[in-house]
Amino acid sequence: MAEQQIQNYTINFGPQHPAAHGVLRLVLELDGEIVDRADPHIGLLHRGTEKLIEHKSYLQAVPYFDRLDYVSPMCQEHAFALAVEKLLDIEVPRRGQYIRVLFSEITRILNHILNITTMALDVGAMTPVLWGFEEREILMEFYERVSGARLHAAYFRPGGVGRDMPAGLDADIHAFATRFPKVIDDMESLLTENRIFKQRTVDIGVVTEAQAQDWGFTGPMLRGSNVAWDLRKAQPYDVYDEMDFDVPVGLKGDCYSRYLLRVEEMRQSLRIIEQCLENMPSGPVQDTNGKISPPPRGEMKHSMEALIHHFKLYTEGYHVPAGETYTAVEAPKGEFGVYLVADGTNKPYRCKIRAPGFAHMQGLDLLSRGHMLADVSAIIGSLDIVFGEVDR
Amino acid sequence: MDEILKELGDTIRSALPDHVIETEIAHGELMVTVEAQSIVKVLGFLRDDANCQFKILADVCGVDYPEREKRFEIVYNLLSLEQNQRIRVKASVGEEESIPSATGVYSCANWWEREAWDLYGIFFSEHPDLRRILTDYGFEGHPLRKDFPLTGFVELRYDEDQKRVVYEPVKLTQEFRTFDFMSPWEGTEIVLPGDEKAEGQEGGKSS
Repeated sequence: MAEQQIQNYTINFGPQHPAAHGVLRLVLELDGEIVDRADPHIGLLHRGTEKLIEHKSYLQAVPYFDRLDYVSPMCQEHAFALAVEKLLDIEVPRRGQYIRVLFSEITRILNHILNITTMALDVGAMTPVLWGFEEREILMEFYERVSGARLHAAYFRPGGVGRDMPAGLDADIHAFATRFPKVIDDMESLLTENRIFKQRTVDIGVVTEAQAQDWGFTGPMLRGSNVAWDLRKAQPYDVYDEMDFDVPVGLKGDCYSRYLLRVEEMRQSLRIIEQCLENMPSGPVQDTNGKISPPPRGEMKHSMEALIHHFKLYTEGYHVPAGETYTAVEAPKGEFGVYLVADGTNKPYRCKIRAPGFAHMQGLDLLSRGHMLADVSAIIGSLDIVFGEVDR
Repeated sequence: MDEILKELGDTIRSALPDHVIETEIAHGELMVTVEAQSIVKVLGFLRDDANCQFKILADVCGVDYPEREKRFEIVYNLLSLEQNQRIRVKASVGEEESIPSATGVYSCANWWEREAWDLYGIFFSEHPDLRRILTDYGFEGHPLRKDFPLTGFVELRYDEDQKRVVYEPVKLTQEFRTFDFMSPWEGTEIVLPGDEKAEGQEGGKSS
């Protein structure tokens, strides 16, 4: 009998595949059902955000950040706002900082609910999505009440936040925070000890500590490999240094430990939310000298200067002194950084967006090599990929 | 904080005197400008030296300064978990020049460098796989260069007759408007058409 020639088989995974979490085209080279090589083709959602920002004033650039990782919008505005504030050398009033931290953590819960439940969906569990999205809806209502928009909030702005919280919102957030642990418990009762879920995730997509650092992983991908690194602790911004919370780590670096880690992060976020609500000071929520943030409506009715400030801010915008900074925040997906070059005009000269998902996506080849085809979707799920930020 | 950074900058400069051009601290961040050709050596040192240990390459990106002699600046943002420190390494290359790839030092440099190649056309020598990454298959030009128009050159649509996506030159139904909101009193120099004629005659009138 003639010798059989066995060829590797190449398949296209995506760009329209429900487990691809967006528009990922993944060219997989398969040896039987084992993945030999994974070559992600990204850029199908590339909108040229960085180019657009170079043509907009600093305030107009803020909404683009919502549209990067559209499941954790406010954390990304946070990075941009902090970068601009650093160049302007201004300090945000305490209440503004507390509101930002509060909503950063709400955003983290929003993001983790989506990630955990859709990852569970990818490996076959239907119910968590249905339960989780009900809660996300409640959180997005908080978004809406505070900014007017459910998703693309444009709420964290250089100099503070867009407006103060409406009356009664803190009580509702508190009510949510007391009720939500029960929901996490319910969700965990479906997944954590679930035999099928564990079979699909334990020891799948293992990253060692050295690999995670070499591949530039951050956030849960790095902490999942037993590195206790969290920018909120290590390089605290706003009032995170006053918050009391723990940084959970995963021990094995597989998909399952990353799942457990995200669940625990939600619980820690609730702790921060409670502390924010408890200690929320009163006062202004944005920079008050009128040069960066608009004056209050009422003042504009009788003060000529306020009117001029308002007009200047919404036409020319403010000028940021020349300089450059790389400012990063701990977004739910990892380190979200903004490298901002200002040239002294009212538009950024260069705004490079460092998306955590970009580095994680790159590691997919490393993670999925030698795994079965079906594991690829579990790995993509645990990477927490959103193409808005990968493709920018 | 600045003291520590200054010390770190001095350490780097004394360890690599031939490669480092200058160090600078601004906004509490350390910047090191290096020779483009020695970038691999510098990054290797920053990763392995006991005082540095910048084991995570957070970001690589290009910046375009068309007026400079060496047009592109490549910026590496590094992070050290052990020292809890960040550092920014910069190198300049001209349009026709190349810079050695950092993929040998940091694996994750691969895609960041592909992106810089795609968006700016900066060539990284010895890069294992320098393909376009963000733009379309078969895209021409480097969109983030300052001389590339915001609207681009081509637009695409699905053609019902040919049953495929076709590319056409950009047609704007409304003219693209860039509003100039710069204040004529304190903004940048505004050159009105015709001003350059007056320039030679009476020693130049500032606008």
